[in-house]
Amino acid sequence: MAVEIPEDMELVYSYPESLTKVRTHYCPGCTHGVVHRLIAEVLDELGVRERTIGIAPVGCSVLAYYYFNMDFAEAAHGRAPAMATGIKRVSPDKVVFTYQGDGDLAAIGTAEIIHAANRGELFTTIFVNNAIYGMTGGQMAPTTLPGQVTTSSPTGRNVQTAGWPIRMAELLAELPGVAYVTRQSVLDVPAIRKAKKAIKLAFQTQLAGLGFSMVEILSTCNTNWHMTPVEALEWAKEHMVDYFPLGDTKMTDAVRALKEGK
Amino acid sequence: MARGMVIIDEDRCKGCGLCISVCPVHILKLAEGRFNAQGYPPVEVTDPEACTGCAMCATICPDVVFTVYRRKRRSAARA
Repeated sequence: MAVEIPEDMELVYSYPESLTKVRTHYCPGCTHGVVHRLIAEVLDELGVRERTIGIAPVGCSVLAYYYFNMDFAEAAHGRAPAMATGIKRVSPDKVVFTYQGDGDLAAIGTAEIIHAANRGELFTTIFVNNAIYGMTGGQMAPTTLPGQVTTSSPTGRNVQTAGWPIRMAELLAELPGVAYVTRQSVLDVPAIRKAKKAIKLAFQTQLAGLGFSMVEILSTCNTNWHMTPVEALEWAKEHMVDYFPLGDTKMTDAVRALKEGK
Repeated sequence: MARGMVIIDEDRCKGCGLCISVCPVHILKLAEGRFNAQGYPPVEVTDPEACTGCAMCATICPDVVFTVYRRKRRSAARA
């Protein structure tokens, strides 16, 4: 690009090294792209890209290994925490993270995430919660809100028959092996900045060997919610945040000391 | 003189409009009557002189379309 940059201008944002230049297959306005970018920026800032191994899930982000500029493995549906356990135990010097959606982590992979967290495995999980099964066509997920219309709950989620949405961040916070669990969102610019700080603290928790860390991120699926990208952000702020409150659900004293030391 | 400057990687843009919704000086819009290599109308800057280099567009962009520059503060430029 032959654009001349005036000498008195300084670079304040540029493409993160931890992302490849591959264009993503995500729908226009999908917040997966934002979450990918935040992880990449954090890994760049921590200078650990070359010793990071990511685990891709099944779901919309199944092709995440094309987009991150680092080693990646693809797990069977929901089994990313089991794979991450193996990789981290064999290579404890690597930085290991799983990237999972709500269908992957809170439905088929519930057992894996609970036991990995309970064992206090030293990896980080990034959990993207958009309250729907995106890839398969917008069916009801465990995180779908009460009354929310999806292709498999056309009259809205009935909690009498389908149960209540699972609050994973609160669930995992109960487990002693867990060092840091927080729920953040990428629904507006201040929230995105906060989410990035949380992702950074989660990776720092791993680097310091303090225990399992997870960042749940409230996200959108404008395609299957049948909204524009901007409307989807507003809908999530209005409805999702009530049921899934933002904030830290668990922070051990060691993680707090790490955070305040920065 | 503009306080900031954005460079738009047009072929990455999917025309989702999230950047347009957060730009505090309202200088972003989608192109009319032309499309990028992916078939989307890419985002454009309507008034480059008004850009403050706040990087809010880059912060919300899911497709890393923006590179942002900001004019150095005078004291920093002198140092």
